[in-house]
Amino acid sequence: MATRSAIGRVKARGSAREGVGHWKMQRLTSIGLVLLVIWFVLSAVSLSGASYLDVRAWLAGPFNATMMVLLVVAAFWHAKLGIQVIIEDYVHHEGVRIGSLVALKLAVVALAAACLVAIVKVSLGS
Amino acid sequence: MAEFALPKNSRVQPGRKHPAKAGAKNVKEFRIYRYEPEDGGNPRVDTFEIDLADCGPMVLDALIKIKSEVDSTLTFRRSCREGICGSCAMNIDGHNTLACTRAIEDVDGAVSIYPLPHMAVVKDLVTDFTQFWAQYESIEPWLQTYTTVPEKEFDQSVEERGKLDGLYECILCACCSTACPSYWWNSDKYLGPAALLQAYRWIADSRDEATGERLDELEDPFKLYRCHTIMNCTNTCPKGLNPAKAIGEIKKLIVERKA
Repeated sequence: MATRSAIGRVKARGSAREGVGHWKMQRLTSIGLVLLVIWFVLSAVSLSGASYLDVRAWLAGPFNATMMVLLVVAAFWHAKLGIQVIIEDYVHHEGVRIGSLVALKLAVVALAAACLVAIVKVSLGS
Repeated sequence: MAEFALPKNSRVQPGRKHPAKAGAKNVKEFRIYRYEPEDGGNPRVDTFEIDLADCGPMVLDALIKIKSEVDSTLTFRRSCREGICGSCAMNIDGHNTLACTRAIEDVDGAVSIYPLPHMAVVKDLVTDFTQFWAQYESIEPWLQTYTTVPEKEFDQSVEERGKLDGLYECILCACCSTACPSYWWNSDKYLGPAALLQAYRWIADSRDEATGERLDELEDPFKLYRCHTIMNCTNTCPKGLNPAKAIGEIKKLIVERKA
């Protein structure tokens, strides 16, 4: 039988004194992604039909390479923040919740790293 | 994992039908959720046919008529019958609202009446408010000051008092919190729109001197930031208030004090 008072249960978690960082980054990455995705779509359209060598030359340009890196970082960061909220909202089994949050963070870092390596390799032409 | 279906003992079954009296002129059907905790059965939906020619205009009038004339076991909370006490909050025609201020004629077809969503049901339309009140208590809804209490009253300008408009009118009926999906899934950790609007009512009060501590207490991924601006709260508030805006103001104050 649970005897803890209702106010005791409500106050038991105290305040984590965080959450504003997540809120702020979700909005900052959104703003960044609006610009980056517009640039990416326009670039992809202008490269349609181009050969692999043309695309490599395009990605070798410092501006394009920088934009690509920014796009990858912002997209994975934003995805991580969003999926984290979905897991926290809907997954109530403590073990599954913690497990999926850890898996999410590792997967996001690994996938972003793989994308960055690909950008470097393609743009350096090795 | 996530829950997608009601537990077996919560699934609603068809109930009894109480037809209108012979000679009824203007019959309206009321489908009302019934749950009797002591008989061990599932909840059911009973149908009552009421002659509107012999009934007051509001849904609460019909409920009182049913209780006095048809089935005295029908259980619901009510008190002021004028939208100021918040007792008769329930889900009418798919909307959380007050039975006393919802006109029967505004509902097309049969009037479906259920308890507030996602609350533990005590009996029929009465739900358990224990946690809701504890959450309200946790935001410390009283004036807190360091200044010695003056002999008369704390001064407040007309403009400062104006900041409480749209906040002080909240009657804590819980229509908003129980309409909020975030509150459905995480009511054990998320304070919900009602408690957060009340928290902002004290943050916005120029006489209160604990604003910083109040913001500290609210800055939490679950207590405050489970609000995803779904706006069901604002959509359903029977007093026409805007809890989503109050929550937005709290988030704004917290982001402003950061570098």
